[in-house]
Amino acid sequence: MTAQDKFFWLMGGITAILILASLVGWLLDHRVKHETQRVVIENLNARVRAWWIMVLIFAIAFFLGKIATLVLFAFVSFFTLREFITLNPTRPGDHRALSLAFFILIPAQYYLIAIEWYALFTIFIPVYGFLLLPSLSVLAEDIENFLERCAKIQWGIMVTIYCVSHVPALLLLAIPGYAGQNALLLFYFLLVVQASDVLQYIFGKLLGKTKIAPVVSPAKTVEGFVGGALGATLVGAGMWWITPFTPLQAAGIAFVTVLMGFLGGLVLSAVKRSVGAKDWGTMIEGHGGMMDRMDSVSFAAPIFFHLTRYFFAL
Amino acid sequence: MWLSHLLIGLVRLLIGASPRWMGSKPSQVQRIYFANHTSHIDTLALWSALAPHLRVRTRPVAAADYWNKDPIRRYVALKGFNAVFIERACTDPSVDPLRPLIEALEHGDSLILFPEGTRSAQTLPAPFRAGLFHLATRFPKVELVPVYLENLHRCMPKGTFFPVPLICTVRFGAALKRIAHEDKTAFLERAREAVVKLA
Repeated sequence: MTAQDKFFWLMGGITAILILASLVGWLLDHRVKHETQRVVIENLNARVRAWWIMVLIFAIAFFLGKIATLVLFAFVSFFTLREFITLNPTRPGDHRALSLAFFILIPAQYYLIAIEWYALFTIFIPVYGFLLLPSLSVLAEDIENFLERCAKIQWGIMVTIYCVSHVPALLLLAIPGYAGQNALLLFYFLLVVQASDVLQYIFGKLLGKTKIAPVVSPAKTVEGFVGGALGATLVGAGMWWITPFTPLQAAGIAFVTVLMGFLGGLVLSAVKRSVGAKDWGTMIEGHGGMMDRMDSVSFAAPIFFHLTRYFFAL
Repeated sequence: MWLSHLLIGLVRLLIGASPRWMGSKPSQVQRIYFANHTSHIDTLALWSALAPHLRVRTRPVAAADYWNKDPIRRYVALKGFNAVFIERACTDPSVDPLRPLIEALEHGDSLILFPEGTRSAQTLPAPFRAGLFHLATRFPKVELVPVYLENLHRCMPKGTFFPVPLICTVRFGAALKRIAHEDKTAFLERAREAVVKLA
């Protein structure tokens, strides 16, 4: 099968799943009577609608090629950082540092992927961002909570720019025997992470009893996690044919990805709940903000990238 | 106009500026929206938060000493967001600085007004200037809708030239009740309270 055939099979499969989900949602909507159930079903249907749109946007970007994909992820970084800084306010003295983060660091990081400068891409934000941003903040001569403010900004850009940029960075890996198919690997990664989120949600709603971390994330249950993690690992193994991995390798990598995604969801949930919020925003109907969808992606992406690079790339 | 779409697109990208109708509903009724003023983007933020069919009949009031200063700013203000200019420091006693606003209201347009007269560094508004009172007395039928712009002071504080993208919301409150024979000070304080209550 050529890369193009694989892409069409993949899109066909995802479309079929979405049609099925829309049908189920429509049926449930016509059958429920109880008010509390109705809220759950309405949220479910809003999520499915948002999925259609997200899949469409990603499919178009992949179809248009590398630059479109990079621009798309640059906007994802932009919107998640916007949500992060909105919920974690700094002081007016950080204004210049924040402007730099939004308008210079985001384009620069994605530009480095575009020109395939791997060495600078990996250290740009952890080294240069780390040193530059507090240097700009300090010029405002405001020492109140200075370390805390710098930490917030650095943490925010690490998650929203650095980690997220590792998703499209998969395009620059040179994997023997897999040339020209890296976009499929990118799709595979997103599929595994999002399948895990969706399956955890479904297993949690159907079987969930034992809360896993009631303070940090009240909706997460042991049953949901186990079902979702195993399910997504199986999905990952079953989709081995679009990756450079064998079925067993695919299962292993999918399992690590799912685990990291779960931890990312927990950590970012703790961040948003520490400031008293339930969602990061309202951008994606039914899901909350952009960060509510990207939390697991951001934690899983660098690990997935480096595992693939270390074991499979040149 | 392409410039309006560009400006609104930029505002949405930078700050979202989504409306929250808390006490009033979007309506074609002639209105004066009055809001707290903390940044240069305020005017556009409030204007973008209105639905397109309301936006075409709503004109923001802009300071002439800033927006009418050079041809580029004038072009953006007039073509971009259909502004009404007001002279903030009017020295000629024979000229009524509210004249252009009165004409716009007589023409049936709604207005966006920042009654503090200047941008403040605080989240809560400074005392209001008298213009809102004079317009309210002269046009008793026009609805006076208080608006609170949240977070905008963080986006672009006074003295900065670049905005920082943050999610900002525009909260529309219930229209101010009209009280017959209310004096100027009491009215202006009540109007200010209505904005503060939305904070």
